[in-house]
Amino acid sequence: MPRVNYEAPTSVDEAVKVLAGAAGLAKVLSGGTDLLVQLRSGRLKPDLIVDTKRIPGLIGIKEEGDKFVIGAATPGAMLSDHQALEHAWPGIVEGADLIGSTQIQGRASLAGNLCNASPAADSVPAVIAARATVVIAGPAGRREIPAEAVCTGPGRTSLAKGEFIVEFHVPKPKAHQCDAYLRFIPRTEMDIAVVGCGVNVTLDAGGTCTDARVVLGAVAPTTVIVEDAAKALIGHKLDEATLAALDAAAQKACKPITDKRGTIEYRTKIAGVLARRVAAIAFERAAAR
Amino acid sequence: MSKHHVTTTINGEPTEYLCEAQQTMLDVLRDELGLTGSKEGCSSGDCGACTIILDGSIVCSCLMLGVEAEGRTVQTIEGIADGEKLHPVQQKFLEHAALQCGFCTPGLIVAAKALLDTTLNPTEEEARYWLAGNLCRCTGYDKVLRAVMDAAAEMRGEASA
Amino acid sequence: MSYLDKASLKVVGSRPIRPDGVDKVTGRANFGADMALPGMLWGKVKRSPHAHARILSINTDKAMKLPGVKAVVTRADFPDVPPDRAYIGEAPANLRDMSRNVMADGKVLYEGHALAAVAATDPSIAEEAVDLIEVEYEVLPHVIDVDEAMKDDAPLVQDGLFTAGVEPKPTKPSNIAKRVRFTKGDVAAGFAEAEIVVERKYTTKPVHQAYIEPHACVVSVGADAQTTIWSSSQGQFMVRGYTSRIVGADIASIRAMPAEIGGGFGGKTIVYLEPLAYMLSKKSGRPVKMVMSREEVFRASGPTSGAAMEIKLGAMKDGRIVAAQAILKYQAGAFPGSPVNQGAMCAFASYDLPNVDVIGYDVLSNRPKTAAYRAPGSPIAAYGVESCVDELAGELGIEPLRLREINAAKEGTKAAHGPTWTNIGYQKTLEAARDSAHYKTKLGPNQGRGIASGFWFNAGGDSSAAVHINEDGTVSVMCGHPDIGGSRASMALMVAEVLGVPYDQVRPVIGDTSAIGFSAVTGGSRVTFAGGTAVTRAAEAVVEVLKKRAATIWDISPEAVEWTDGKAVPAGANAGSFEPLDLVAIAAKSTRTGGPISAEIQVNAQGPGPGFATHICDVEVDRETGHVKVLRYTAIQDVGRAIHPAYVEGQMQGGVAQGVGWALNEEYIYDKDGRLENAGFLDYRVPVASDMPMIDTIMIEVPNPRHPFGARGVGEVPIVPPMAAVANAIADAVGTRMRDLPMSPPKLRAALDEQQPRLAAE
Repeated sequence: MPRVNYEAPTSVDEAVKVLAGAAGLAKVLSGGTDLLVQLRSGRLKPDLIVDTKRIPGLIGIKEEGDKFVIGAATPGAMLSDHQALEHAWPGIVEGADLIGSTQIQGRASLAGNLCNASPAADSVPAVIAARATVVIAGPAGRREIPAEAVCTGPGRTSLAKGEFIVEFHVPKPKAHQCDAYLRFIPRTEMDIAVVGCGVNVTLDAGGTCTDARVVLGAVAPTTVIVEDAAKALIGHKLDEATLAALDAAAQKACKPITDKRGTIEYRTKIAGVLARRVAAIAFERAAAR
Repeated sequence: MSKHHVTTTINGEPTEYLCEAQQTMLDVLRDELGLTGSKEGCSSGDCGACTIILDGSIVCSCLMLGVEAEGRTVQTIEGIADGEKLHPVQQKFLEHAALQCGFCTPGLIVAAKALLDTTLNPTEEEARYWLAGNLCRCTGYDKVLRAVMDAAAEMRGEASA
Repeated sequence: MSYLDKASLKVVGSRPIRPDGVDKVTGRANFGADMALPGMLWGKVKRSPHAHARILSINTDKAMKLPGVKAVVTRADFPDVPPDRAYIGEAPANLRDMSRNVMADGKVLYEGHALAAVAATDPSIAEEAVDLIEVEYEVLPHVIDVDEAMKDDAPLVQDGLFTAGVEPKPTKPSNIAKRVRFTKGDVAAGFAEAEIVVERKYTTKPVHQAYIEPHACVVSVGADAQTTIWSSSQGQFMVRGYTSRIVGADIASIRAMPAEIGGGFGGKTIVYLEPLAYMLSKKSGRPVKMVMSREEVFRASGPTSGAAMEIKLGAMKDGRIVAAQAILKYQAGAFPGSPVNQGAMCAFASYDLPNVDVIGYDVLSNRPKTAAYRAPGSPIAAYGVESCVDELAGELGIEPLRLREINAAKEGTKAAHGPTWTNIGYQKTLEAARDSAHYKTKLGPNQGRGIASGFWFNAGGDSSAAVHINEDGTVSVMCGHPDIGGSRASMALMVAEVLGVPYDQVRPVIGDTSAIGFSAVTGGSRVTFAGGTAVTRAAEAVVEVLKKRAATIWDISPEAVEWTDGKAVPAGANAGSFEPLDLVAIAAKSTRTGGPISAEIQVNAQGPGPGFATHICDVEVDRETGHVKVLRYTAIQDVGRAIHPAYVEGQMQGGVAQGVGWALNEEYIYDKDGRLENAGFLDYRVPVASDMPMIDTIMIEVPNPRHPFGARGVGEVPIVPPMAAVANAIADAVGTRMRDLPMSPPKLRAALDEQQPRLAAE
């Protein structure tokens, strides 16, 4: 691997200082499962790597009032092991759980998955569907933005020099609210999502959808919140007509590319298929609450 | 770019080493410490041949920097057996002929051992998904799974199948 | 002596723990990249970013000036090698081509083609130095697809290549290196007679052997040119032979040490790094280690051919196939030498046919030179032929298994490529398939079952083995073939059987090129056959020595001594009355009875015994996503005699898994500039544990009379049937025939969508 410098700050302020003060390109290391691959392939040539895992709070999950606070560098395996989070948002845990192998889940973090800014990131759709926010620390202090405002294009984020994500805030579910995430891959494991879909729904006592968010991954330059798909659900029960409308709305929202992982036509069709399947799971879970 | 001094624990032994920032944990294990049991198959986290246990979780040592081991506990394939006594997973791999070339074997054994540290009652499907990050090109996984399931049975105290 | 009577065997056929097992489960085993020497340098390769380009200049000045860089080599450092054929690998190799594949000469012919190499004190420095090498290219038009490469106006990969095997010799150069043809009977008359004719086209993509261990070596060249090579390969003698020719050194100056090998499947029967490391070591005066990255493995080594095929079958309504024709176009990569010859021979080898015509083309394109991959050529042809047989069965309304039973090759069948079959077990594999529990189970919705068969020649040839009785009566065995999948265990079993001693008293070792006589590669499924013949004969020779020593001790004639259950005993009452002497007793007196007790045997083993297999595959298709799940799989194979049955099963299971990968997801994907887009395990999708079911095996044992124990090769034929078995199962499940590999979800979903309106219209 090319030569590089390394810092492991032990406070947020120190991390901001080294990130902001770096002479050349500085990259944040949390799980490293994307960063180290990019380093080795030569796609990325940073001068400095800043390991944030020694900063208190960057790893771990807390419940604070009506929300979960998840440290930015928390590995996926810790999310799966957190019973309250898993009960509240099984879809978020499913998404994190699908990032790579068991080995990858021991390292890969929500912040890394989000900031790598791949439209196919598995943990992102369900996080956005849950209306999570992220807290960003930087030279100008802290700011909190919706998770969907981080990624601006493939490999690009809205984070300025010296900024990094400290934590995720995920609101707790309301009554009859739940989520689900599915992705399609050619094998059963280890692939990048050809299409990913997170659905978060709130039902009334009769099973009619009162609120929804449908988020697609890998079908556009960034993750897509499909408003029309949510509209197809809101005010409806989960019947054939609703599912057909959802399928159509999901397909219509796709602006995919043809690449080694799938064609435009295929991705578009699968977006519809997944939206239906994920919505069915989310409805069932929400109704069971 | 001076070298980093790292103090860590590897296979129960307090260990110190110097490494450069860009050296992966796998580079350190193999090239600095002579622990060549962990194998490099892809350097991208896709094959699992370099699997180690870091503070109880399995990770690909090719996707971890050597400097990150500071203050942590690392277990490699060289630390799975208890002296001359093989771990049940190792013994069952031998009995079931669950290896052909043997190159993926260290990673598979470390991963399987970590699975059985988590549960002694995995279903075959759970074991298959747990091990999906460990590519084996020789065996088709059949005998690997039989060995892992049999090791679990033995560790549960059941008679060998 | 022959040991064909299975009932008489004591240890052969049992399943002991392999001799190298503990090393391999504890991380002690030393593979190619595990070697390190004092003062060792790290070598890295500069590779072409272009699919096809003329090298105008290479400037290595900046690289040489980087601190830590000790040597840089380019084509200028290598001698010209004449285009001799060498037969030490899996297939005959043209040494000039191999030399120019190892280091480009004038033109780079594919993305990843090596054109310079650097040795430095540290891998990071070597990588930096590689980037500092300045190369000027004139980019040339390139061609990737096989049909495109055969067109008249295609860019020419090699200058001045004229198609061999056509008369008169072509006047115009082309990318078609060779045309081969195998015929039997009168195929035109056969098609005229046929009541039903099915003609279809099939394609396959190049796939990589995808061994998990990347190529690796350490080479140390002394000031006197005496050289040691440690490397992971399918043959230490192959490494020595090829390297010596490419660098221009005497064979005797090179000692090649066989490291443990982390998978090969044919892909390590040639050299890539060793000649480069040799030159870097020679120039720097220090040992040089080279290890390929996974990306380099994909871009610059392996794969096997992709192909386009036209298959035509003519049959009578009763199911008798009366005419069979195939046109096979195989990609060779940038140098001639696809396995089309083998593919053409194997295509119809499982059938008893009166009229056959197979034509094969060896076609160059701007891809890495193909390397052997498990039954080279046969799986490709079998995908076409076995799919077409299934389609014919559909047209005839005959059960596919029944159609194979009607036309199966049997004792006395003359194959189109020449041989007349004797002692083959193909029909028995079909019987076993019909009788299997698997074949009788019912299927659910969207599930289907496919049957396919396959053939592979298996190989014999040169092997050496030595058996030494140690001072304490234990047994050391020296073999000349790298152990790629448990062969130490089978060698030890055969020696233990002959000597009549316990398995764990026999310790097999893989010898380096100075420790044992010449042995060809571990390849062609030849080790248990040829290597096994050599160790058996060596053990028998040792038994003769042991009998003589006992005779000397007893002072009787050697003819009056018998060897029974690991002991010398008097042959009968007339021989006298003596206490039996075991190995311990005879070894203890060896110095006084004539010295050390050893035998080394060389063989050129002939008659490897053809391998036939029949596979049954059940799949379930997700019609909405096109995803195929393999539900159940049974591999049935004539294995001759299973020396160590667990490792025979392992070969069958491994071949199936590779075949399932080839069928469903594995492929080389190129961009418009001829660059490989999926040079890694992320997007080159080999099966993972959760993709596969358990793989049932049924071993049929029709002993091969040309092997002392009846063994025949088992490692290759299991990869022949799976692609067609999966395709046939998909067709059975959803009625959609997939004629292009891989049958990946996007392609299957598209095929299903295309079928919907067609079905509605019908």
